[in-house]
Amino acid sequence: MSIDLSEFHDIFFEECTEGLSVMEEGLLTLDKGADVEEINAIFRAAHSIKGGSASFGFTAISGFTHVMETLLDEMRDGRREVTREIVDLLLESVDVLRDMVTAAREEDESENQRTAEVQAKLERVLAGQAEAEPEAEAPAAAGAGSDSAASPAEAAPETEEPVQDADGTPAAAAGWKISFAPHESLLRSGNDPARIFRELERLGRLEVASDSADLPLFNAITPENSYLRWDLTLYGDIAEADIRELFSWVEDECDLTLTPFSAVEAVPAESEPAAPAAAPAEAAAAPAPQAVPESVAPDAAPAEVAEVAAKPSPAAAETEPKAAPKPAAKKQASNKESGSIRVGIDKVDALINMVGELVITQSMLSQISSNLEEGTTKNFDKLLDGITQLERNTRELQESVLQIRMLPISFSFSRFPRLVRDLSKSMGKQIELKMTGEHTEVDKTVLEKIGDPLVHLVRNSLDHGIETPDVRREKGKPETGVLELCAYHEGGDIIIQVKDDGAGLSRERILGKAVEKGLVSENEDLSDERVYNLIFMPGFSTADKISDVSGRGVGMDVVRRNVRDLGGNVTINNNAGGAGSTVTIRLPLTLAILDGQLVRIGQETFIVSLVSIVESLQMKREMINSITGQSELYRVRDEYIPIIRVNRLFGTREGTEDLLDGLLVVVESDGQRVGLFVDDLLGQQQVVIKSLETNFKQIQGISGATILGDGTVALIMDVPGLIQKHFESCKRADSGRAAAA
Amino acid sequence: MSAQSAQLAENTLQGEDGTDQYLTFILDGEDYGVDILRVQEIKGWEGATPMPNMPEFILGIINLRGTVVPVIDLRKFFKMKSASFDQTTVVIVVKIQDEEHAERTMGMVVDAVSEVHNIDKSDLRAAPDFGGAIDMNAIEGLATINDQMIIMLDIDHLMNSGVLQMLDDSQPTT
Repeated sequence: MSIDLSEFHDIFFEECTEGLSVMEEGLLTLDKGADVEEINAIFRAAHSIKGGSASFGFTAISGFTHVMETLLDEMRDGRREVTREIVDLLLESVDVLRDMVTAAREEDESENQRTAEVQAKLERVLAGQAEAEPEAEAPAAAGAGSDSAASPAEAAPETEEPVQDADGTPAAAAGWKISFAPHESLLRSGNDPARIFRELERLGRLEVASDSADLPLFNAITPENSYLRWDLTLYGDIAEADIRELFSWVEDECDLTLTPFSAVEAVPAESEPAAPAAAPAEAAAAPAPQAVPESVAPDAAPAEVAEVAAKPSPAAAETEPKAAPKPAAKKQASNKESGSIRVGIDKVDALINMVGELVITQSMLSQISSNLEEGTTKNFDKLLDGITQLERNTRELQESVLQIRMLPISFSFSRFPRLVRDLSKSMGKQIELKMTGEHTEVDKTVLEKIGDPLVHLVRNSLDHGIETPDVRREKGKPETGVLELCAYHEGGDIIIQVKDDGAGLSRERILGKAVEKGLVSENEDLSDERVYNLIFMPGFSTADKISDVSGRGVGMDVVRRNVRDLGGNVTINNNAGGAGSTVTIRLPLTLAILDGQLVRIGQETFIVSLVSIVESLQMKREMINSITGQSELYRVRDEYIPIIRVNRLFGTREGTEDLLDGLLVVVESDGQRVGLFVDDLLGQQQVVIKSLETNFKQIQGISGATILGDGTVALIMDVPGLIQKHFESCKRADSGRAAAA
Repeated sequence: MSAQSAQLAENTLQGEDGTDQYLTFILDGEDYGVDILRVQEIKGWEGATPMPNMPEFILGIINLRGTVVPVIDLRKFFKMKSASFDQTTVVIVVKIQDEEHAERTMGMVVDAVSEVHNIDKSDLRAAPDFGGAIDMNAIEGLATINDQMIIMLDIDHLMNSGVLQMLDDSQPTT
């Protein structure tokens, strides 16, 4: 393969991934009824993957997609009914294809057994023998005498029969495998294989795979010689004589083998030599062709089989080391993947527009400044206007740049229809998935990290939440359970909810388990909410039986940890009315930028997240109250809120002590309101969050730092942390006083 | 001494004839040294943003070209008598590694930097237990240059087990 093409591989893989998602989505909608448009869309996706893979030389992918395409084509023309089995099979094929694409991306050349199996299945369906398959498979495997004997072994005995039949009644053949190996001199006689293929195509659908193994080094090539060999698959009910006729001109200058097939034929190179060979050789060959398909030349049948049979062990050994370096390669590939981002052209256009604006503003400013005259204020107003415009441009530019990192949450949601479909099928439940707010945009980093927790939650809901249809019927609920995924913005956060209408959380069961595990003591009095949130504790699972879906108790605490790592929180609660439960994840929109209110305490500037601020006010003497002479409360309308003296809490001697001299910034966190006592409010600005942990460590009450316009560092207050710290210090003060008394 | 010259010294003289290069600095008349490969740069003292509830030796954080870097006052950390900062007062920015090989950048304020010396590791003498404010493990050894004793610091140990660990211990009570 030429180096030039490999440049485009990444794009091809991206397109494959997109195409596969389109196919998967489309197939899932087919469940609800066949729609020609949808089938067309799937067909198109399959077709472009086939085309792309063929032009980039990924013959395995193109061959496989071709078979899928044939089936889709029949569905499209209405020649084949869309059944659940077919959709299942196609979905399985999409999985296989995805694996193949991944393998190609990682340059992993080892053969995948599943590929051949699924391809065989597809071909069986195409040949209309889907029902006969299970019976045929069993004796074949037994005959081969080995569990690992996969599709080639299975395929071989099956093909044998039709081959014999075909001798008498060639009309029964569904197509032909043609092995065409021209001699070197073929081209010299003015024959062009391409022309023959074109003619063949008129007889029926033709699949061409070329074998360039005999191609010599470049300096040894004689341009007039033919070095290539071809494996052709011709589909359709065609007489052998018709095909032979086309090759009649070149008959003496090539090795031509025609093999009819009707039922199943896996990879041609494998099954063809196997068919005429004796049974023992077949069994021995079975594990081998998987690993060394290239070595099986299509034309020299018996000799090759013997050769393959002779070295099954090196072949088997060869697969071992291939498997070993795979994880490393995978890691590398995934690293590479995270390095790029696909951005909609509209976002890029917006960005370019804005940069254009910026350039205009800049030239305007320089023009104004060159017209400024010393000592006068002549063009002063214009200059100020220009600066205002610059400010606006800069801000818009910043927003647009951030937009590039924002992707719709549907990237994460899109995997769920399939997941829910497969899981509900395997668990014997009927579940309808509803998704809302898929277009809610969220930072790419957040998006990437939220995927796994969401999968955990959805699986949990399916496994523990929604009941089986008969249980639901007993309870008087509709048999089909509803799982709802929704995403929406609230303030500066994105909220993602996983709702189900299942059994909900059982307080007794959770509490029982928690006591059993020693997480809480038996006679502790806990609120419902606290009990429910116990399921986020490590090692907690109330599932009665451990399934492959859930029950190992690793899910929920991982969910909580991941969400917390992203600076969010997760809560779970029963739905009102006792139907099911809702898990709510609250995440910041972006991890990098914060809309901040700058406040001053003493000489220092701090930043409070604007979203958490309810209001800021100047205190009046008569509204200040105290409890036990220690805790101070301020009455805001009808509410008493605790006053947090940030300077005392932070242990600085700086800052105003008299409450009337400063300002009270009322903030809210988790439904709790407190007032932060500060000296003064400064400005508002967007700040870039810098982690303190990178070079130092986390500090309670501080969520990070930022660099202000003048280059100095300011700390960002962590409101929930501050509140917690405040109450802790109050408690300590209380116990300190109690001890003193 | 600028960052560039430190860089230059690093490039030209690194690891020559089995010796290591140490940057020496002064704290209240005493000479201390750190492995020069750990020194990222040296910059003048321009003030720092204090952090809440920190021991006195943590001066705060500074902006190092967009990175937030904590700065400690080495005199205070060693419980030496503190001095007012003047023109020679500098921040030595060092890269340290913890047990998990995570790299951190931290700054330490010293009275002044003096010189770069080539010192053979085998020439280092073990420090006797003198019961001072420094954890013995934070001292790599003692070297003698021109009849002057130089205290070689193990910067990783000093920062990890010393500074950060001390903060962890003190955090719950503050």
